[in-house]
Parts: sequence; structure tokens; C-alpha cells
Amino acid sequence: MLAAAASPKVELRDVGLRYFSREGETEALKGISLSIAPSEFVAIIGPSGCGKSTLLSLISGIVAPTEGAVSIDGKPVTGPSRKVGYMLQQDYLFEWRTILENTLLGAEIQGVPLAKARERATQLLTRYGLGQFLNHLPRQLSGGMRQRAALARTLCTNPDIVLLDEPFSALDSQTRLALADEIGEILRREAKTVILVTHDIGEAISMAERVVVLSRRPGQVKSNHAIRFAVADAGRLAPLVARNAPEFNDYFRTLWQELDVHVDH
Amino acid sequence: MSTTDATAITGMSPLYRQWLRRERRGHLAVRIAQLAILAIVLVLWEVLPRAQIVNPLFTSYPSAIWPTFLQMLKSTPQQASILVHTSSTVLATIVGFTAAMIIGTATAAALWWWNGLYRVLDPYLVVANAMPKTAFVPIFYIWLGATLSIYGMSLAISLFVTVLMIYSGFQGIDPNKIKLAQTFGASKAQILIKVVLPGSVPTFIAALKVNAGLSLVGVVVGEFQSANLGLGYLIQYGSQIFKMNIVMTAVTILAIVSSLMYLAISQLESAVMRRR
Repeated sequence: MLAAAASPKVELRDVGLRYFSREGETEALKGISLSIAPSEFVAIIGPSGCGKSTLLSLISGIVAPTEGAVSIDGKPVTGPSRKVGYMLQQDYLFEWRTILENTLLGAEIQGVPLAKARERATQLLTRYGLGQFLNHLPRQLSGGMRQRAALARTLCTNPDIVLLDEPFSALDSQTRLALADEIGEILRREAKTVILVTHDIGEAISMAERVVVLSRRPGQVKSNHAIRFAVADAGRLAPLVARNAPEFNDYFRTLWQELDVHVDH
Repeated sequence: MSTTDATAITGMSPLYRQWLRRERRGHLAVRIAQLAILAIVLVLWEVLPRAQIVNPLFTSYPSAIWPTFLQMLKSTPQQASILVHTSSTVLATIVGFTAAMIIGTATAAALWWWNGLYRVLDPYLVVANAMPKTAFVPIFYIWLGATLSIYGMSLAISLFVTVLMIYSGFQGIDPNKIKLAQTFGASKAQILIKVVLPGSVPTFIAALKVNAGLSLVGVVVGEFQSANLGLGYLIQYGSQIFKMNIVMTAVTILAIVSSLMYLAISQLESAVMRRR
């Protein structure tokens, strides 16, 4: 699915973003054009500071581009949309709310009937193994559990599009692998359109169907790579299995070169 | 962080029991030292004047306070009961710091809402906070009259520091928590109500602690000038007629009132912080 089908779910046309401060002007993103099909799982990688997280803020509608246009389902994005769920780098669970209350935050803000939302939140939390922790406070949970609660909070409003901004970066490496596997499966099963921003090449290859590489600042699309595994006939491999597939290392090498990482001495 | 009680061993090990005993002993030692300091002060205060090392006219004695208190319980045509004086001071203090908390929070919220307003008012707030508010006691007396000037002083002395503290608490809220609310499409009012205010509860408690003390200062200083009621008035009156018994009794009650306020706020703090 390299070229998106006739009607893309998310489309960016020639999008650019500049920041202004008294010290000067920064061009964060430049001429970004991307088309993402319904239910596609795309990963965006790039050197640090290339504006990959900013790209998600643009799609979510909390930041407006200074050039070009972003559209969802063919309609221009003018502000936060209910179709979009956004998972940030850390869980940012509110320490004064219980896990269930945290999960209901989006529903409360969007004014959705709470009884129904509570039912859905309980269902999601139970499915993610947090059924016994509904009335616990965030500090009583481990990092992996907190991140699963954050996923429940994101999915509780039932978005079509899920934006993941390095959602595993704050976790230890074992939890990270297990959770990436788990969350990847959940999102795929629910046929969400997913955009994952990460600095971890392995994570991108193992989870996504397509990897977009951004250049250094100002971030531009450098290349698109479709990720296919011969052993998987129609569907996708589970992320942990994908890591052992023969193609994994080839993709890894290609992307590593694309990223053009220099270590300064 | 651990979610199971894997570390809780049902039977206590001897080492743990030893550690607990040492903990308890350390705790007890602190309490004893605290009481010892109080006892030493009281004994010196009693003994030095009796031995004529200091003039008892200036200091009175701790042993004189209780009889003075009992005597002052009765109201005379000239003088209200000391309980009336005390409740007048306590009431003014509570009104003062409650008003400071409400007006201070509302002002801080307005400054948070309109950043331009904050940028304009910032220097004035800092100067107003640094001003010696007690210099305004005579002015307030002229403007507001005997009773209102006491409330005014109590409010003035704690308002600006409340605004500054709570505003900086609002500023200290993690911007990512605000971003999270925005991803759900939260309005500014929703961000204030769902993120900023509940996230600032520790700041409110800290402001309450500062305010309770400051408001009491404001009330007593206001009473020096203008009242014929209140502990501040008693201190002023007692010193004018050189009856240190009255002054020291009023000061002792002030000490007790501050301790009780401190205790009440600590109770509130531990009740609220249990949720965090």
C-alpha cells in the first residue's frame, strides 16, 4: 500500500511549519506531502530534532501549519478532531484521578454521555489487564501498566486515527518490546489508521507497514519504504516475530543508511 | 511503584524489629527535646523575675497567666470577656485568609487566562507584595473605619503573596498535561477546571499555610490601631496601663490560636495528599 488508495484517511499537502522567536526564525518542517490510507500503519523516523513530533501535532490539529494544508477524510483540519487519538511520549496520567477517571478524561472533555463511556473504559481497561486497578491511583501502577492505561484513555473516545509519539520511550527495554507487541496487535485488530513516530528503527520496521524517513531540520520527506515479510502471506507479522524475519536486518541496514547518523567528535 | 505486596513479610524479622525500635526511640527523643525547650523557657520566665534578676513588671510570670485568664473570662461593664476578644480575632483572621484565598485564586486565574494582563501587572504585583502593608494601618482606619479596617488589613497582608504563589503554581503545571487535554479538544475553561486547578492543590495548601499566619498578623496589627475588641487590642491596652499579665495572657492565646491553625491545615494537607 505504498501509494495510498483513492481516498486517503490523512493527507498532508506541501506542509511547512516555521517557529518565530525574538532570536530568529526556525523552519521546522518543509514541503511535507504524505498520504495515508485507511487502516494503514505508518512509522515516521528521522534524526532527533527533525520535527517528527511536530508533524503529529499538525495532524492532531493542536498546531496549525504555516504553509500547506492537512486534511482528514478529505476535510481540512482546523482544530482537534474527535477522529484523532494522540498518545504522547509519557502517560501523563493525572495523579489526582484514579485509573478509570483518567481513562474518562477525553469523554468528559468531549461531553460524551458518561455512563456509556464508563462502560467502554472499564471494558478497555479490563481487556488490557487493568481490571483490578480501576480505582487505583497512577502512582500505584508500574510503567508498563500506566502506558496501557494511557492507551485505554486514547482509545476510549474511539478515534479512527491513532497518533503515537514515541509512546514507549520512557519504558525499560523489556517492557518496551512486550508493550510494542501488545499495542501493535490491539491497534491492528481494531483496524485503526496509525502514525507512529519513533527514533527506534527496529520498532518502526517491526510494527509498521510503511516507514517514512525524514531529513534533518528543516524536516522533509526523504524516502518511503514499504515493509513486507515473505513469510506473512496476507496479514502482518507480530512485531516480536518480525524482528526475527530474514528481511528485518536488510530493512534495518537500509534505514540506518538513510538516517545518515553522524556521531560528532 | 510495586503493585503487589511481595515485599511485605508476614512475620517480622528480628532485624526489622530492631530497626522499628530504633525508629521509635529516635522519634521519642525528638519529642522529649521539644518539650524540654518549652519547659526551660517557662522555668526561666518564672524563676528569673522571682529572683529579681529581671524586673517582673516587664515580664509577668507564666504562673500568673491562668489566674489572669480566669479573671478575664468574666465580662465587666468596661471590658468584654477574653473569649469575646479571642473569637473576634479568630473570626477576622478566618475571614481574612478565606477572602485572600478566593480573591487570590480568582486573580491568579485571570492572569493565567490573559497572559497580556500578567505582563502588564507583573511589576505592580511584585511591588505591592514587597510593600510593608502595616504602614497602611492608619490609612485603612481612616478609609474603612474601626471594624472594616481590621478585615482590610488581614486581606491586604496576605492577598498579593497569594496571587503570586498561586500564579506561579499555575505556571508550574506540566505543559504536556495541558497538551494532553488539548488533544481531546479541551477549551481553555476545561483546561483550567480539569487540569490547572486540580493540579494546583499542593500550591493551595502551601498558600493556605503562609496565609493563616499572615492574616493573623494583619488582624492583630489592625487591632492595635483601631479596635476596642480583639487580642491585638488587649495587648495594646495592657501595655498602656502597664499590666503585663494581660499582655502575656493575650500573647499566649495567640500562640495557641496559631498552633491550632497550623494543626488544622496539617490535617487538611494529609487528607488531601492521600490522593496523590
